[in-house]
Amino acid sequence: MTDTTNSGPMLAADGRPLKQSLARALRRQKIRALMLIAPLLIFIMLTFIIPIGNMLFRSVENDIVGNTLPGTVEALEDWDAQSAETLDDVVFQNLFIDLFKAAEAKEHTKLGTRLNYEQTGISSLFRTTGRNLDDIGEPYQDWLEDTDERFKDGAFWYEMMSGSGGEAILEERRDLWAALVGEGMAGDIGFTLSGEVAELLPWTAKAYSDWAIYTAIADEDVVAEEDPWEAVYGALGIDLRNADTVAAIAGYSGPGADALRAAVANIGAMPTTTFRDAFAAEDEDWLKTENWQTIKIYSPNYTMGYFLNSIDMEKGLDGAQARPENQQIYVKLFLRTLKMSVIITLSCILLGYPVAWILANLPARSANVLMILVLLPFWTSLLVRTSAWKVLLQQQGVINDLLVWLGFVDDANRLILMNNSTGTIIAMTHILLPFMILPLYSVMKTIPPSYLRAAKSLGATNWTAFWRVYFPQSVPGIGAGSILVFILAIGYYITPEIVGGTDGVFISNRIAYHISSSLNWGLAAALGTILLSVVLILYWLYDKIVGIDNVKLGG
Amino acid sequence: MTTSGTDAAFVEFERVQKSYDGETLVVKDLNLSMPRGEFLTMLGPSGSGKTTCLMMLAGFETATHGAIRLGGQSINDIPPHKRGIGMVFQNYALFPHMTIAENLSFPLEVRKLGKSVREEKVKRALDMVQMGAFGGRRPAQLSGGQQQRVALARALVFEPELVLMDEPLGALDKQLREHMQFEITRLAHDLGITTVYVTHDQTEALTMSDRVAVFNDGVIQQLAPPDELYESPQNSFVAQFIGENNTLSGVVKSIDGDRCIVELDGGGEIDAKPVNVSKVGERTTLSIRPERVEIDKKRLHKDAHTLKAEVLEFIYMGDIFRTRLRVAGSEDFIIKTRNAPDQVRLQPGTQIEIGWLPEDCRALDAS
Repeated sequence: MTDTTNSGPMLAADGRPLKQSLARALRRQKIRALMLIAPLLIFIMLTFIIPIGNMLFRSVENDIVGNTLPGTVEALEDWDAQSAETLDDVVFQNLFIDLFKAAEAKEHTKLGTRLNYEQTGISSLFRTTGRNLDDIGEPYQDWLEDTDERFKDGAFWYEMMSGSGGEAILEERRDLWAALVGEGMAGDIGFTLSGEVAELLPWTAKAYSDWAIYTAIADEDVVAEEDPWEAVYGALGIDLRNADTVAAIAGYSGPGADALRAAVANIGAMPTTTFRDAFAAEDEDWLKTENWQTIKIYSPNYTMGYFLNSIDMEKGLDGAQARPENQQIYVKLFLRTLKMSVIITLSCILLGYPVAWILANLPARSANVLMILVLLPFWTSLLVRTSAWKVLLQQQGVINDLLVWLGFVDDANRLILMNNSTGTIIAMTHILLPFMILPLYSVMKTIPPSYLRAAKSLGATNWTAFWRVYFPQSVPGIGAGSILVFILAIGYYITPEIVGGTDGVFISNRIAYHISSSLNWGLAAALGTILLSVVLILYWLYDKIVGIDNVKLGG
Repeated sequence: MTTSGTDAAFVEFERVQKSYDGETLVVKDLNLSMPRGEFLTMLGPSGSGKTTCLMMLAGFETATHGAIRLGGQSINDIPPHKRGIGMVFQNYALFPHMTIAENLSFPLEVRKLGKSVREEKVKRALDMVQMGAFGGRRPAQLSGGQQQRVALARALVFEPELVLMDEPLGALDKQLREHMQFEITRLAHDLGITTVYVTHDQTEALTMSDRVAVFNDGVIQQLAPPDELYESPQNSFVAQFIGENNTLSGVVKSIDGDRCIVELDGGGEIDAKPVNVSKVGERTTLSIRPERVEIDKKRLHKDAHTLKAEVLEFIYMGDIFRTRLRVAGSEDFIIKTRNAPDQVRLQPGTQIEIGWLPEDCRALDAS
């Protein structure tokens, strides 16, 4: 027997604490319940939550700059973007190595497109320069090959760079590749970097490693048999500009030491053009401070840039700032979407309430017929319905013809009912009306007619009885219908696209445009996130003010 | 005035008919007249037309034919909200979105009474039904009995002269129902209100009413005070419907003033009082209340007829014994005997003889 005077936990018959026993007993039930919903849960996770999460993440994701130009971004860290001081040549040297690599993998245009969202013209800058990067490396190649024939030979390069001790650098370069091309670069490349050379010629070691990894993994060639990129020659040129390197070569005795010493001896013939000038020769715009400021501003892995863009702001040097007046569109679109959704919801209440009332008060047989009429639109394709509205609403359409024929409208002044917000409101009210009528109907169905009778027997007129007694009880239906209609309306896309013209489009049309036409997915994701947040905030407000318990979708 | 109208008539139905579909009459030629202050119950099985009558009086249904008068004035064309009739509904119909006080205040508000007057009247009405402390609650927070009281107070708060109640106690449990029956009657009499009460519960009708109108098939079968209804039913429907009743069918053998002899189909002859029979040879249904059946032959008239009976079942019910007999071919003949110290408990299988006073057994229509 359990000692009831004991103040300790209540014990079950087997002496275990009762709480524990209960939890055990319930666990099996919980697991079984979970198993029942598991298929749906997995389905929703895979098809809804994960894609949406992924999409929303894109609104802040911005690793493309860091992934494509890792060295350049690092070199830019010390640069004070605000003062617009002249860039150090090391930035352009890094740009050469990074961009050469990106151009080989054909990734540089993506970066150009991304930066072009922020600064017009960058896209073409990257594209043209990417094509002609060889021109910058070639003078160094010519000079080296003139100095020593062996620099022409891939096998010589392989021998010079091979060794051990440089594994860390090689792996680092491999990771950078993987980040750039967005897939794994794993696998044996048949090359190990010599630590000694890497220390002596850091730039060359990096460029050669880049080339070796790409040649082995992406091109599937044998590193020892291929000739390196122009970038490798350029990198050696960069190394040889360093006086310390030149001095150290004198004491170097590894493979290719004599060739390197020959190059040092002939250093007078090395091209003297700075990389800065070389880039400027390709495209003058490389000297523009704005372009470099944009690269610097968008170099972090995460950015609020898309969100700022979504509310007509941009990231400036001093932080967020408003965009020029003529570029502001999104706030206006958001407000218009909200305003029109509210108008559509109100129209649906006005039109749907009497219909729902009739439905709820008719005898079952007639109510069923009417219900079919209400549901009929659901059985027709959305596109067909919207297109039908096009036929009805256009200036030479059915409604205008009728009005002219009846003499309400002059033939010369036909009403413009389409390709503006009027068209969107008319068509969307029609399409969303059932979503208002159905919840209203199901709530009204539960209000017994005796309430109205009671009110009348107490002396209320028909109107008072309705307004004081019936209407308050139908409010939960209005609430449910309004939430449904409003949330559907705020994200509607097809109907505004077809009948909305320019005045009647919603924010979702803009999102669709960025998804499918401009391919600015980050911006589309940011706009979508804002739209989602607005809906959630409104829902929260609704819950605070009206109370979500007061929403009834059915009896 | 017409023939059915008297000066005392406060509520009056005159040749009222009602049809919903144009093919059948739900209420057939109803004539009814109520004096002021009367508590009248409309009793009948469902579909008998009693609720329709109430709804016509309240104004929610229009009479297809005939006149309904209130205080001598025809109200056929007056909309419900101008009739000034209080009504208690079956499910109380308390407005769920208003507090109790707001519910009671509603009829006063629509009558444009001032705030202080309203509060005064609401308070008085709530006190009247002992619900004074519940003014701030919502209907859903009250028990069925409390809601019932509030519904009553709401129907009375604007001091109507006529109150209609449509099976107001149907949803309550037995004990509460009995208590409320008493309370409603007390209130109605104290306030001197004319009340029309609809129910299908005959006990309720008998205990509460001044007069009961028994409805069947759209016709008032009998309109009489409760005791008369129970003891002198006019036809076999009323006899069956009010209280427990044994029936035996047979043919009239002889009639002698207020005494007749009936030969039963199952064999045997018995005395009865002729009510709906007029000539010898007519078929009739005898109606006898279980508590009026006598099993002690010594207490009967010496030349009274008796019937042979066999005890089939004995049920002990506390205050009474209920015994089922086989009598003249009928196997559900019930007798009730008081649980007194000297009362015999009849064992199943016992053969007995039963009889009754002729005036307790009524020879009614054969139905």
